[in-house]
Amino acid sequence: MGRVRHVDDNSTFASGDAVPRVVIVDDHRLFRSGVRGELGDAVEVVGEAGDVDSAVRVIGEQRPDLVLLDVHLPGGGGVEVLRRVLGSHPEIRFLALSVSDAAEDVIGVVRGGARGYVTKTISGKELANAIVRVADGDAVFSPRLAGFVLDAFAATDAPPMDPELDRLTQREREVLRLIARGYAYKEVAKELFISVKTVETHVSSVLRKLQLSNRHELSRWATARKLV
Amino acid sequence: MTETATGTPRLYRARSGRLLGGVAAGLARHLGIDPVVTRLAFLALGIGGLGIAVYLVLLFFVPLEPETATDTPADGAAPTPAAPAGTGADTATAGESAGRAEHERSRQRGRDISQLLAYLALAGGLGVLFLIFGGVFDPLLWFLVFGALGGAILWQQANPAVRDEWMSATVLQSRKSWVRSGLGVLLIVIGVIGFLGFQQQLQDARAGLTFAAAMIAGISLVAAPWIIGLVRERDRERRERIRNQERAELAAHIHDSVLHTLTLIQRRSDDPREVQRLARVQERALRSWLYQRPADAETTVKPALERVAAEVEEAHGVPIEVVCVGDGPIDDNIQAALRAAREAMVNASKYAGADSISVFGEVDPREVLIFVRDRGTGFDLDGIPEDRMGVRGSIVGRMERHGGSARIRTAPGEGTEVQLRMPRTTESA
Repeated sequence: MGRVRHVDDNSTFASGDAVPRVVIVDDHRLFRSGVRGELGDAVEVVGEAGDVDSAVRVIGEQRPDLVLLDVHLPGGGGVEVLRRVLGSHPEIRFLALSVSDAAEDVIGVVRGGARGYVTKTISGKELANAIVRVADGDAVFSPRLAGFVLDAFAATDAPPMDPELDRLTQREREVLRLIARGYAYKEVAKELFISVKTVETHVSSVLRKLQLSNRHELSRWATARKLV
Repeated sequence: MTETATGTPRLYRARSGRLLGGVAAGLARHLGIDPVVTRLAFLALGIGGLGIAVYLVLLFFVPLEPETATDTPADGAAPTPAAPAGTGADTATAGESAGRAEHERSRQRGRDISQLLAYLALAGGLGVLFLIFGGVFDPLLWFLVFGALGGAILWQQANPAVRDEWMSATVLQSRKSWVRSGLGVLLIVIGVIGFLGFQQQLQDARAGLTFAAAMIAGISLVAAPWIIGLVRERDRERRERIRNQERAELAAHIHDSVLHTLTLIQRRSDDPREVQRLARVQERALRSWLYQRPADAETTVKPALERVAAEVEEAHGVPIEVVCVGDGPIDDNIQAALRAAREAMVNASKYAGADSISVFGEVDPREVLIFVRDRGTGFDLDGIPEDRMGVRGSIVGRMERHGGSARIRTAPGEGTEVQLRMPRTTESA
């Protein structure tokens, strides 16, 4: 299980508050205020940032439970924020939020350590839900991310260097496919006759594999698709 | 001679009723005489070389007859049956291959091959006669002809129509154009040197030639950096221009689409459904513009599925999220699966009452899977009347006819998922 933290009491976060403390990082001020408004009382927004440097500073000062991270940012992008923050504060969780359709952007931040990815078309309620879940230790996959991941792992035809690490198990693939088909975790669990916890475990291990799978393979995949 | 009534027609090279470049026919029309006369005159002069030179000069400086006049029937020339199949390759003389200023189409229409052969035979015969009797064969004129030919080839490069033809991309063709240029230069050199040689001036000219060559070398040494700079500057300007063009295109695109949509949204802000529809349409257009690679536009599953979903979404106003894994070419069966998927999306949009529809496509080496899911009202599958063809005919029946299968999972209150499965015949993953 490694990195995945399971907290029995869902309403308690690292900061001890009842709602997660969140920093919003996005270079569009309008979008930040929109998200802040939509989230309402579900989370406590403790800071905002519009570029990489200010994001690293604000996160360092506030030590939030979760950072809502845009993929495209001036000064190096979301990946740079992840790199600079996770080194010193590995306990802070990131949820990537992007308007980008480009797989390499999305996969890039998830590989960089983001614990989930949602698109900007997500509704406020779902976003709040996703924030709570990620802050709580789960990984959140949107159908689109599941599609990207399946694509990434399906295209690796050569035998991987470390099969344990680089391959998705049959079960993980099934979980991802159901998520890609638009199923909620609860529905995935019902469909596969497993518990929701097990679904979360599968998703987390997919995320771990994605973050740890050898860089070479993914870059080859991206190159083959002329993504980079 | 239809045109003589309105006065002397302008001198053009004829498009119709011509043998080579249309010079003789055009001249005949201009002078109001039978083209046979002008052709024989060129022929007679051509034996000595002068006629060919004159012909080539006229070929270059007399414009081709405007396209509108092409339908006038071949004038007084003997109405020999035309052999339109000939492209002139078999009868190609140097003069002709140099004189191809027109497009293939008009050339084929206007040329009378059988007559051309007759004239060539006549020319050959006359030439032999003149050679035998040591007539007016003047080598000087032949060198002039060489020079003119070389010049013709080089000048031809400047002709826009021919240049397009020659420059059209492929390596082979560009190599050909180098060969042509080389040939042209060679012919001119032969012409000039031969001319001078036969005039007994080569000895005198040698000093001058050396001087000229030295001058040219010196000037090019001096001018080279400047010319290189000029070329670089031109390249830079060209790049700049392309960049500006792209920027203008982007600005135009944003103006046409985004600004337009935003204006519409402001006007109709009281109609949230319409606003949402406009925003979705615009979002999709921009996304495909920004992220989609244009290469695989419509021949593979992924873009086709996205397009189908976009069309249904636009028609019915329910957002459809498409996720597609893998990609592959479309065949007839997969086309049928796409139609079934469309039907499923339309049904979901019309009857489910859901906020959004999820479409998941997966292309693996063996089969194509498409799932269309909504979280709407759902329905009782057994409760559909037998005469309703939507689900049975358009989805299940269509899939089965093409060797696939369809499964529909639904229950009142639980939404619907249509699962389509179609084996792939082409094994190219």
